[in-house]
Amino acid sequence: MSEIWPWLMLAGLGAFHGLNPAMGWLFSVALGLHRGSRRVVWLSLLPIGLGHALSVASVALLFVLAGTLIDGTIVRIAAGITLIAWAIYRWHFRSRHRVRVGLKTGLMGLGLWSFLMATAHGAGLMLWPALMPLCFPSGRAPDSGPLLPAVLGVGVHTLAIVAVTATIAITVYEWIGVEILRRAWINLDAIWMLALATAGLCLLPG
Amino acid sequence: MATWTPDPSFYPSPRMAMKAAPEKLAYVAAFDPARTVPDEIDVIDVDPASQRYSSIIGKTAMPNAGDELHHFGWNACSSTLCPNAPHPHIERRYLVVPGLRSSRIHILDTKPDPRKPEIVKVIEPAEVAERAGYTRPHTVHCGPEGIYVAALGNHEGKGPGGIFLMDHESFDVRGQWEMDRGPQHFAYDAWWHLGHDTMVTSEWGTPDTFENGLIPEMLLGAKYGRRLHFWDLHKRKHVQTIDFGDKYQLVFELRPAHDPTKAYGFVNCVVSLEDLSSSIWTWYRDGDKWAVKKVIEIPAEPAKEEDLPPVLKGFKACPPLVTDIDLSMDDKFLYVACWGTGDLQQYDVSDPMNPKLTGKVRIGGIVSRTTHPSGSGMLSGGPQMVEISRDGRRVYFTNSLYGAIDPQFYPDGIDGWMVKLDVAPSGGIAFDPKFFVKWPKSHRPHQVRLEGGDCSSDSYCYP
Repeated sequence: MSEIWPWLMLAGLGAFHGLNPAMGWLFSVALGLHRGSRRVVWLSLLPIGLGHALSVASVALLFVLAGTLIDGTIVRIAAGITLIAWAIYRWHFRSRHRVRVGLKTGLMGLGLWSFLMATAHGAGLMLWPALMPLCFPSGRAPDSGPLLPAVLGVGVHTLAIVAVTATIAITVYEWIGVEILRRAWINLDAIWMLALATAGLCLLPG
Repeated sequence: MATWTPDPSFYPSPRMAMKAAPEKLAYVAAFDPARTVPDEIDVIDVDPASQRYSSIIGKTAMPNAGDELHHFGWNACSSTLCPNAPHPHIERRYLVVPGLRSSRIHILDTKPDPRKPEIVKVIEPAEVAERAGYTRPHTVHCGPEGIYVAALGNHEGKGPGGIFLMDHESFDVRGQWEMDRGPQHFAYDAWWHLGHDTMVTSEWGTPDTFENGLIPEMLLGAKYGRRLHFWDLHKRKHVQTIDFGDKYQLVFELRPAHDPTKAYGFVNCVVSLEDLSSSIWTWYRDGDKWAVKKVIEIPAEPAKEEDLPPVLKGFKACPPLVTDIDLSMDDKFLYVACWGTGDLQQYDVSDPMNPKLTGKVRIGGIVSRTTHPSGSGMLSGGPQMVEISRDGRRVYFTNSLYGAIDPQFYPDGIDGWMVKLDVAPSGGIAFDPKFFVKWPKSHRPHQVRLEGGDCSSDSYCYP
C-alpha cells in the first residue's frame, strides 16, 4: 500500500479516459450546446462519472472475488489473457457501434451510455494490473481485506476522470469550441488498444 | 484503415463545413436507359481554373449492364464526430453505389485516383436480399451506426421496403434496421435529425408499381405513397405517421435542417390530383408530436394538347413535377427542381413556415424546351437531381428522373446534360454560361455528389 505507483497508474488511466472525447467530455459539451445551458455541462459530469465508476467497480469486484477464492496466479494470467483478447476484439469490431443513447437523452441515459462506453473499452479490465498489488500485496489479501483498497482505487480513478472531463468540457464549451476536434482528436482508441495488449502481456509472466 | 486524426472533410457543424474549400470534382451516376451497356460513375471537372472545366474527365463502368445507377453516397462523413457514437478516425474515401433496378451494390475507392474511382467490391443482389431482406436500394446515408440504405422493396421485390445497415469499413450487409416498423409499408427516402434522435422516411411505392413506369390508374386512384414516417432513431421504432391525404401523391425527398438543434425539414410532394400542382411541406415539432404544413404550392401551367405527352394531353396543362429539392448548409435557401415545366427555383426559407421566392431559372421542360446560355440549342428533360456546394455558392443539377418514367413525360427521349448555377450571397441565381456538360446518347445523368461532401451527404451533431 505504501507504494505510490499503483495509485499514480489508477489516476493516470482516469486522466487518459477523461482526455478521450469518446468517453464523456464531448457528450457534455454537445448537451450543453443543444440545450444552451452551462448548467447541463456541469450536471452531466455526475452520470458520466457514476456510469464509469459502476462499470470499473463491477469488474474490480469480480477480480477481487476471484482473488479471494482461487489462486492469485490464475487470476493474474486470466486477467492478462482477457486484456489481450479485449484488445483484439476492440480492433476487430472497431467499426461496430450500436447506438442506444442520443442527444435527447436524460441524465439516466447518459449514465447508461458512460457505463456501456467504459465496459466496451475494457476500462475495468485495465485497472487490474494496478489494483492487484494493492488488493493482494505479496500475493495475499491484507488483514483489512482486499475490498477497501479496491474501492479506494476505483475512487481515485473516478476522481481523476471526472476532474479531467470537467476541465476539458468547460474549457471547450466556454472558450475553445468544437472546431478543435478536427485537429486535436487524435486516435486515442488505437493507443488504448495497444495499452490493453501491453498491460495483458505484462501480466502474463508475473 | 484507421487514421491518426479525423478525415479533414469531417466538420463538427454545418457552420464550419461552409468554410470548406470549393470542390474541384463532381461524381455523377449515369445509366443506360436501354440497359445494353454498363452504367457509369462519371467524374466531372468543376474547377473553373482547369483546362477541362465542364467536361467528363473520368468514367468508371460497372461490371454489368442494367443496374440503373440512381442515388449513391459516401462510406463516412461528418456524423462520425458525434459524441454518442464517435468513430472519426476513418476516411471519406469510398462511394457506395447501388443499382436501383439490379439491387447490386458497388463500392468505389476514390483515393488512388479521384478522377478514376476504382471498383473494390461488388455485393450481389442475392446477398443483399438474404442478409437485409430488402431489394431496390435507393438512398445511401453515412450515419451514427454505419451506412444506412433505404430500399424500396422487400427480398421478393414487394412491400414493405425499408432500411438496412452496412458496415462502413468491411461493407458487409449487417441487416434490417427497423426493430418495429409499425404501419410503414412504402419506402423511398430516409434522413434524420441527429439532435432529436429522429429518423424520417418518405413513400413512393413497391417496385412492381414503378419499374415499368408510373401506372396512371394507381396515380389517379391515389394508390402511391403519400405519407411521412417518424421513427426513434436509436430504438429503431416507428413512432408517428403523417398522411398528406388522398389529393397528394409521391412524397419524396427529405431535407431536414442541417443545424441539429432545429427540429424541422422540407419534403416535396410531386403531384396534387386536384390540379397537378406540386407542393413543398415543412415538417416541424409541435409539442410532443411532429406536424406538417404546406408552405409552397407551384401550379401547373396551361399548355396546348399537341405540346404534351399522351399521359398529359387530357389535362391541357404541364405539371411542375417537383421531383427533387435541396437545402443549403446554412438552412437559408431551398432549391426546388420542377422537372415538368423546367424551372429551378430558389426560396429563402430562413422562416421555414413562410418561404419567399428569391430566384428562378428555366431550362428544358416538357413544353418550353428552353436553351442554355452556352448555346446548347433546344433541350430535353428538365431540372432534376440538385446538389449544392457546401459554401452555398454553386448549385449543380442534371435532367433525368428514372429510366422507365423519362419517356412517359419526355416521349421524344432525353439527352443527358448537367448545368451549374452561381448563387448571389443574398439570394438570386444565374447560369454559369461556361458550364454545360452533355452526355453521349448511351447514358443519362442522375445524382450528383461533390468531392469532400455536399449539402445532402453529411449530417452534424453540433450547431
